[in-house]
Amino acid sequence: MAILELKNIVKQFADYTAVNGVSLSIEQGEFFTLLGPSGCGKTTLLRMIAGFESPDSGQILLDGKDIKDLPPEKRPLHTVFQSYALFPHMTVRDNIAFPLKMAKWNKSAINERVNEQISSVQLERFAERYPHELSGGQRQRVAIARSLVDRPKLLLLDEPLSALDARLREHMHVELVKMQEKSGVTFVYVTHDQSEALALSSRVAVMNHGIVEQLGTPREIYSRPKTYYVADFIGKCNLLKAKVSHSAAEHVTLSIADSFELTIANPENKFNLGTEGWFAIRPEKIKANWDPRVEDGIANFKAKVKGYYYYGDGTLYEFLLENGTVIQCMLSNNRPHQASFFEDNDEVYISINPLAGNFLVE
Amino acid sequence: MTQKVQRSLSEKWVLSLPPIIYLIGLFLIPTLLMVFIAFREPGDYGGVAPLLNHSNGSTTLNLTLDGFKYAFTSGFIWKLFLRSVVFSVITTIICLIIGYPLALMIAKSNKKIRDFLLLLVIIPFWSNFLIRIYAWMIILGPESTVSNIVNQVLHWLGFAPVDLLFSSAAVVICLVYINLPFMILPLYANLEKHDVALLEASRDLGASKAKSFWQITIPLSLPGILAGCGLVFIPCIGMFVVPELVGNNCSMMIGNLIKQQFLQTMNWPLGSVTSIVMTCSVLAISLFVGFLASRSGGLKYARK
Repeated sequence: MAILELKNIVKQFADYTAVNGVSLSIEQGEFFTLLGPSGCGKTTLLRMIAGFESPDSGQILLDGKDIKDLPPEKRPLHTVFQSYALFPHMTVRDNIAFPLKMAKWNKSAINERVNEQISSVQLERFAERYPHELSGGQRQRVAIARSLVDRPKLLLLDEPLSALDARLREHMHVELVKMQEKSGVTFVYVTHDQSEALALSSRVAVMNHGIVEQLGTPREIYSRPKTYYVADFIGKCNLLKAKVSHSAAEHVTLSIADSFELTIANPENKFNLGTEGWFAIRPEKIKANWDPRVEDGIANFKAKVKGYYYYGDGTLYEFLLENGTVIQCMLSNNRPHQASFFEDNDEVYISINPLAGNFLVE
Repeated sequence: MTQKVQRSLSEKWVLSLPPIIYLIGLFLIPTLLMVFIAFREPGDYGGVAPLLNHSNGSTTLNLTLDGFKYAFTSGFIWKLFLRSVVFSVITTIICLIIGYPLALMIAKSNKKIRDFLLLLVIIPFWSNFLIRIYAWMIILGPESTVSNIVNQVLHWLGFAPVDLLFSSAAVVICLVYINLPFMILPLYANLEKHDVALLEASRDLGASKAKSFWQITIPLSLPGILAGCGLVFIPCIGMFVVPELVGNNCSMMIGNLIKQQFLQTMNWPLGSVTSIVMTCSVLAISLFVGFLASRSGGLKYARK
């Protein structure tokens, strides 16, 4: 059964609609991520679940009960704030004990649970310190320990890693996943960082302008984007103008960027002759060679190297087609043929497998 | 390198010279003078007796501890001092009770209204202190609406009518009025900096609105509370204009006594002794409160 269900949530602020009819169902034990740029409504949605904002319409069901009218302190869930919001006048121990004190646990039970929680995040040596005496990563761990101490049904995390530097952030990714698995608590995670979302989540909801554009596993989101926006927002992507030029039973032929043609499957006859859209293909799904590849269905065409960026593990090439279209292509640097390092103005063959791309009409 | 250090040192001196001159000229020298005068004999017509006593061809220093002896044995001075402390404590508490919600309200209101409200707090400073006290004399006067209402209520309750003006109550009312901005401003400066996320976190972790206020807002505003209380309490103790204008014989404060010693009784040494006793007591009280506060942990955050 779903632990959290959002039904048609709408939230309007004075001059704009922050959340516009979002429905989501989040399963027990999931690491669920709301991903989107700033202003897409993801934080507003989180604040409505936490109880700091109330939706204009819609339902928020936690364990089947509507919690829409409960004040934040009555909701059996906690939030990890972007700024951590540790109480500066309390030690690490007192911070972590706070939820238990508010729930009127008895002293020995509080002590026991707090000690357990402190050791689970390896902060024993820092228990009597104040928040300003801790490093960013330690503060982060205290904030999460404090929110998990009374085993809430749901943990909401509002961009919790955005204040940390890149290395620490990667380290915290591992810790977050571990903590989530160990506690078994359902995490709802808000971030604008797509790599974070892909690496951590069991499912991702990509939000834009107050609606959910696509919902799915990280793999689905990345390799099968459903809209132009999702393809563009997540990772690098070539988005080439495309139009259906031939239509046959269950197949259509696309004319892409007025340069080459590809035949793709057309299940349920979704696309008609003349349908316009974009052909989206990730740079690492494109191959480039000195010679064309002869395989069924693969499009080969000539292109010129416009420039490249060396990333260490791979090289990102920019190819120029005859009509001026630019295609980005990420080639791995561990390929056996070292001859395949191209220089500017080299003429090469690009090959694209139609199965590696997606035809997007939205 | 050394040159640079030297130049920055000399810059430091140039910058701090005016305040140093100010403090030496207007604080240190007068204080030393006051201490010196406290040990002198009073002069016959005010001022002090000559320092050197020529008699029978020998010269003796004319210093005495009589002033201190008198001050520590006179019940009158201690009564006035105690009354000053009581008035000041009451004033400070009332200022805190009125000022805290006001400061909180100003800090939480939105930017436009906030500036306007702050202006309202500061506006009284635009007119003279004495004029504002005279205004209160009219407000509390025997024929005033306030007096009439209070006495009407007392009448219904079966009490005899009272004079609002020229009473201890009037003194405290005016002390509160004069000092309220000094409570509100430091409190506002503190409360305005509070991170809203802390209150949200506290609610989120299970504390009701009221509990969050006592658990988070109050402890974090402790530095502001202490600053406000200090700014109200300390000037209150030495106040002499207010009791003189709106008080009666039973609301005389230590400041009135000091003023009398200098201007009417012309006993400068005793006036100095009383001042020193007052200054030291206020200092002791402040240090004690500061000590208590530092132990409570609230200031740890402020010192960050």
